[in-house]
Amino acid sequence: MEHKNYNAINKSVRKKDAMQLLLGKPVYTEDVVPDDALVVKLLRSPHANAIVSEINTKAAKLVPGVVDIYTWEDVPNNRFTNAGQTYPEASPYDRLIIDRHVRFVGDVVAIVAAENEKAANKALKLIKVKYDVLEAVLDFHTAKDSKLLVHPEDNWVAPCEVGGSNLRNLVASEESSQGDVDGIMADCDIVLDRTYHTKAYNQAMMETFRTYTSMDRYGRLHVISSTQIVFHVRRILSHALGIPKTMIRVEKPRIGGGFGAKQTAISEVYPAFVTYKTGRPAMIIFSREESQLAGSPRHEMEVRVRLGASKDGKIRVLDLYTLSNSGAYGEHGPTTVGLSGHKSIPMYTGSLEAFRFNYDVVYTNTMAAGAYRGYGATQGIFALETTVNELAEKLGMDPTEIRYKNMLKEGMIMPAYYNELASACALDRCLDHCKEMFDWDAKYPVRDMGNGKVRTAGMGMAMQGSCISNLDVGSATVKLTEDGTFMLLIGAADMGTGCDTILAQMVAECMDCSVDDVAVFGADTDASPYDSGSYASSTTYITGKAVEKACMELKTKMCTIAAGLLNCSVEEVYFENGLLKRINTDESVSVKDIGVKAQLNNPQIAEASASHSSPVSPPPYMVGMVEIELDKLTGEVSIIDFMSVVDCGIPINPALARIQAEGGIVQGIGHTLMENITYSPEGKPYESSFMQYKLPTRLDMGKLRVEFEHSFEPTGPFGAKSIGEIVINTPAPAIAHAIYRATGVWHREIPITPERIAMSKPEDNK
Amino acid sequence: MIDISLVLNGKKITDTVDADSLLIDFLRDHKCYSVKRGCETSNCGLCTVLMDDTPVLSCSMLTARANGHKIYTLEGLTEEASEFVGFIADQGADQCGFCNPGFVMNTIALLRENPDPTDDEIRAFLAGNLCRCSGYEGQLRGIRTFLDSRKKEA
Amino acid sequence: MVTIDNYVRAQSLEEAYELNSAKNSRIIGGMLWIKLSNNKIKTAIDLSDLGLNRIEEDDKQFSIGSMVTLRDIELNESLNAYTNNSIRNSVKDIVGVQFRNMATVGGSIWGRFGFSDVLTVFLALDSYVELYKGGIIPLSEFVNMKRDKDILVRIIVKKTPLKVSYSSVRNQRTDFPVLTCATSVIDGVYKVAIGARPKKAMLVTDSDNILASGVNETSISAFAEYVANNIPTSSNLRGSSEYRTHLIKVLTERNIKNMEGIS
Repeated sequence: MEHKNYNAINKSVRKKDAMQLLLGKPVYTEDVVPDDALVVKLLRSPHANAIVSEINTKAAKLVPGVVDIYTWEDVPNNRFTNAGQTYPEASPYDRLIIDRHVRFVGDVVAIVAAENEKAANKALKLIKVKYDVLEAVLDFHTAKDSKLLVHPEDNWVAPCEVGGSNLRNLVASEESSQGDVDGIMADCDIVLDRTYHTKAYNQAMMETFRTYTSMDRYGRLHVISSTQIVFHVRRILSHALGIPKTMIRVEKPRIGGGFGAKQTAISEVYPAFVTYKTGRPAMIIFSREESQLAGSPRHEMEVRVRLGASKDGKIRVLDLYTLSNSGAYGEHGPTTVGLSGHKSIPMYTGSLEAFRFNYDVVYTNTMAAGAYRGYGATQGIFALETTVNELAEKLGMDPTEIRYKNMLKEGMIMPAYYNELASACALDRCLDHCKEMFDWDAKYPVRDMGNGKVRTAGMGMAMQGSCISNLDVGSATVKLTEDGTFMLLIGAADMGTGCDTILAQMVAECMDCSVDDVAVFGADTDASPYDSGSYASSTTYITGKAVEKACMELKTKMCTIAAGLLNCSVEEVYFENGLLKRINTDESVSVKDIGVKAQLNNPQIAEASASHSSPVSPPPYMVGMVEIELDKLTGEVSIIDFMSVVDCGIPINPALARIQAEGGIVQGIGHTLMENITYSPEGKPYESSFMQYKLPTRLDMGKLRVEFEHSFEPTGPFGAKSIGEIVINTPAPAIAHAIYRATGVWHREIPITPERIAMSKPEDNK
Repeated sequence: MIDISLVLNGKKITDTVDADSLLIDFLRDHKCYSVKRGCETSNCGLCTVLMDDTPVLSCSMLTARANGHKIYTLEGLTEEASEFVGFIADQGADQCGFCNPGFVMNTIALLRENPDPTDDEIRAFLAGNLCRCSGYEGQLRGIRTFLDSRKKEA
Repeated sequence: MVTIDNYVRAQSLEEAYELNSAKNSRIIGGMLWIKLSNNKIKTAIDLSDLGLNRIEEDDKQFSIGSMVTLRDIELNESLNAYTNNSIRNSVKDIVGVQFRNMATVGGSIWGRFGFSDVLTVFLALDSYVELYKGGIIPLSEFVNMKRDKDILVRIIVKKTPLKVSYSSVRNQRTDFPVLTCATSVIDGVYKVAIGARPKKAMLVTDSDNILASGVNETSISAFAEYVANNIPTSSNLRGSSEYRTHLIKVLTERNIKNMEGIS
């Protein structure tokens, strides 16, 4: 697709922080704070469900270097949520800083503050706790309406009506449908009824959760945290501590990865409470084990798909039911689940006559889930795409053909996606492009490589959103400097994704300057304009549009200043090629002239702020195809080639978009083949370290190829949509498909480990 | 407590440390903030430093054991790293950056041992350096582009 | 987390032995496994200064010092030429280069770890351990000895003519193995070492002479079945007992075919 030639957009410029990061400069939370902070450590529950009947900290407090120890008796009784979400907060207020009732293995029992790590560790061992151990809710299938309650407390609050009730172990519940689902299903030639299961994958960002807090020179709480959501953290701390928001400042330095984990305030409240009580600087750094056991992983889900089709491969009706396991607390529970249906079903808008999507989100005594890249869509897409692949195989149709027959196309209204218009949709072109580049026709057949090994291929399609429509707010402030360069202030959080650079490219495009002439600052609640934060794939689409708007406003202000310099009316001035020109004359002034004038006898401020929200959330689209070699005897799978084509509108920075895709695909490969979370009978996860929770290495991912099909999203900045999340959605269905081709077995639970492949037979298919 | 003396980034350092002090903590105490801890189980490679020119995991090395040895962190090898890290930046593969110092240190070790590695040799040598952001392919492209450009110059 | 009160770099094996005889003393190898323990170590004894980081070779044998690293044996051309790269194959997937630069052969063998690739491959060779007090004894004997306070000084591999092959199955490329398998034939005797069962590696020889009358598809298959029947397996996070028993058959067959050049 053609688009105009840009100066800075659609260019692969280096990330602004690249050389700092590659040369190991001290830019992360632990590197930038003073080293006199108190060490904060948490005593965690060994039980999945228990009441702290007695807790004795006397001996622990006597350890030299221990400053104080806090238990449930010391914290406010205000329930709050750690979820970093916009008003009206959808997640229930079900947490205390420390609760007497501990609800999962790893729940916090006490906070230790000490002068050094050794003292803190020693104190942890000396705290004596007696627990009344309660029977735990460990199976999410039986949680709803169980007699055992995860949250029996009477001050549980749902600030937003999402169908939940703590007295039913229900975080949220909803039913939605359109058309005569049962009638059409009964009329279909073929009905597939399949159930899928995905696990509570950990984001496993390389930098674990960590927060530093101190009192600033005005006696305000100053928080430096590795977070995607500075403004939400300010609100959460205000709720948790019961202090006004004016008394809190939250900023983030560089972040060592997030992927959604840091869209929940996992670590912030503990040092904040210590600083609030002691007045002293405090820092918490989660160990990898704590990040694994008490982080905010993906929601475990079971998705039941009922698909009705005609024998010529027309998908007529879809009926999804998702059961989501929110774990011990409700963060992001009510919101993630929706995507499992709303971001899978619409892909088949082309043929669909009716759909139904119901869900329940339940509490259990397992670690609380949160936000993870893909946010429910990943789980739903694995389920639906695998069912569609099975339909194709059952009908003897090529899986690409069945997609062409049924897929969403540009210009269609999507009833299963809030009746939004697919205003920019190149899904069909993605499939054409991927099929050709990948050489699908040659790779799809099963080929015997000898010695028990076969090669074959599988595929999947995906969509996501570009923001939370009618909710997210992105903002930007653009300031002119006297040398004619610009400063961009944002509240969005670059967690390695490169959004600082991408947003600077947009300023450069608007202001006709080089990207190097734009400095970026963010994010800091004292200085940045309000932004919901970086999640929901929204930064490029929402904050990007705010940047564009702020630049337009700044240009108008610059024209006013220029009019003064040019002795003309503001209507006569226009901005072109970095100059402010007077219409119908050769007269002009430079941006630098305006910058200088702005600081000299000038009443017009040379900066502008703008906010943006969107009534729609235009989906990006993607097709992924994988070629594997499978060893039928050992069950080992090697990825040979993973080819994907993405429609993210116009990629603002193609190099960074490509890396997003590659990184997401490898995470998806990890979830599909090797990453797992399993629990002991007592409810303790076994995969508590990188020894047991296996991330893919560079030997596990084969060759990756990523290409783009451009579309132009009219509501996005420069035609852009999102890229960050969709990229994780195709590996699971594509790999499960290829494994079926190689073995004749449909695996409906991931990860699909070598053992499961080697030890299952086609006759086990249900 | 143990008296130690070692050469850190070319400078002789003497200090007294606990018998169970780990090299990573010693290095961070000596302002080598590039050295990062990503796990506690010797699995991630983030803490890679060179001991007598050999890449090791500083999270699993007793400081006492480094006594009398030569240690390099990225702070001491900025110049050597600068030869190639720009190529990784051009791919956007730096991403969050938290794994970069360990990855860059091990790449230095690789290129010293094998100045002209194949893609498979690069993957094998760097297999102990985990990265959760980039998907690895961009790191490989960056190193490959660097090697190709170096060949052209030669 | 492990704690250590004193650290001593022993200047002689005798000094190391004496220090090690005290309660709560530990010889440290690569420190990678000890570091993960919750041990309270009184004295950590480091053998780094004793010249045990060398691989020595003569006409008859390789003598591998206990402080030789896994990376050293991975790169040693002569050792890998003798073992048809089995040594390299056994260690190349262990975590990463940095890890293998630290992990020692002595630590791997002394630990008699269930997951050990190293123990598996050496068991299939004509190999011995040299203990400071206990002298030289076959590795196959050492593997079943109770842990004591002796010191492992060297691993000795006799240059007996042999064929050998190694393979393992892993859920992720650098993970602990689900199963390890080393096969060899020395003086016409076929041996199979199976590790990560998940218990420590075990050696089975062809004492029924299944392969004696000819190595072919049928006899290999029968022998693999025999090995699987004689090696107990159990389940853990990485695999079930049934899967491991299945893998014993698959890997034994493949290794013998590879060793004998049967495709």
